[in-house]
Amino acid sequence: MRPNTPYTPRDWDSHPPYIVPDYRSTLLRGPKKPLIPLPHSLSELTGPVFGHDVVGPLDHDLTRNGVVNAEPLGERIIVTGKVMDEAGRPVPHTLVELWQANAAGRYVHRWDQHAAPLDPNFFGGGRTMTDAEGRYRFITIKPGAYPWGNHHNAWRPNHIHFSLFGPSFVTRLVTQMYFPGDPLLAFDPIYQGIPESARERLVSRFSLDVTEPMMALGYEFDIVLRGPRATPIDED
Amino acid sequence: MPKQTPSQTVGPYFAYGLTPQPYGREGIADGRVVDRTLSGAALAGHRITVTGRVLDGAKAPVIDAMIEIWQADAQGRYAHPADGREASFHGFGRTGTDGEGAFRIETIKPGPVAGADARPQAPHLNVAVFARGMPNHAYTRVYFSDETAANEADMVLNLVGPDRRNTLVAMLEKTAGGPVYRFDIRLQGEDETVFFDA
Ligand SMILES: [Fe+3]
Repeated sequence: MRPNTPYTPRDWDSHPPYIVPDYRSTLLRGPKKPLIPLPHSLSELTGPVFGHDVVGPLDHDLTRNGVVNAEPLGERIIVTGKVMDEAGRPVPHTLVELWQANAAGRYVHRWDQHAAPLDPNFFGGGRTMTDAEGRYRFITIKPGAYPWGNHHNAWRPNHIHFSLFGPSFVTRLVTQMYFPGDPLLAFDPIYQGIPESARERLVSRFSLDVTEPMMALGYEFDIVLRGPRATPIDED
Repeated sequence: MPKQTPSQTVGPYFAYGLTPQPYGREGIADGRVVDRTLSGAALAGHRITVTGRVLDGAKAPVIDAMIEIWQADAQGRYAHPADGREASFHGFGRTGTDGEGAFRIETIKPGPVAGADARPQAPHLNVAVFARGMPNHAYTRVYFSDETAANEADMVLNLVGPDRRNTLVAMLEKTAGGPVYRFDIRLQGEDETVFFDA
């Protein structure tokens, strides 16, 4: 791949707008003036490169990386997928960070006041690197739904927060993975803020192939980052 | 062709995942773009601090924002294969805002980097802003108030109307602890910071 090809712009038919009226905290936090298109220089064509040294041996396994004296409670799951660009080419050796609530829908975060129990054996944060084919794999506990103050009886669907870098600072992506068939998706203004044609890309697929007998249910979640604007004719 | 995965907010509870030092965990960066152990001959450049607040459209502090910095070294080199030169440090920093909406980044002043027109750009930090209530992160840049001539010639600053350029320029304050650049990020409002479709 030619290293100095500009990246495609953010596809605003895929991303939510900055201001989603039903998601109340966007109202004062979303920029209102038009974004200024930025021609790509080395400042945009480069971005942080992380090595395996930032990832510990248990970082990908949330069922073990917070253990104090027992296994965490809840339904064990495997979450795996492929990180690729818009031409379907794998994004290898890129850092994937993730964080989530525990099985009861409670975060370790010190501001989380939800009256659901903390699990002393579950931290809820992890990270891993994609392999040469752009694949990642986490072992974790299925996160619970939790209430929030956006409107009366507001509940977030089960979700896992994901953070990715890709090859440059402009391919950066923070997103959330949801679960198939979740009835709360229809009522969640964060999910519903995504253009309708793009929403389902954030819903993972249940997979019996990924599921491990007597161990954990498997979910697949592929992630597509911005790619080089021009597809090179010759690839080596 | 696969389409871009939609962005979602970091939400209010990212800290233990992305800036987890207060939770007794090591993160990938902690507000220092350069490591404290790098100094003197090992690292050329002027040590600086960039600090400011993130404010919402009602001028209230945003106490659950996260700032990421990506920058070149003092010679204008990025630690990345697309640059191809060896940079003297990694160039990435990340920090959350505190109870006053404030952030603080310790780094060195970057050197000039070639622009999209191949002419040198004024020294700048590339910035991404994340927060609860931001379905997408926002890109901006930090320029430096003591680089008047370079700023006037900068291609990107010249894409911005003269009335808004100042939102991208951090103001130098000389303090006993060294040079401090003040850079507030206003997510919305009359004096909204310039954000880029980067
Ligand atoms: Fe959440």
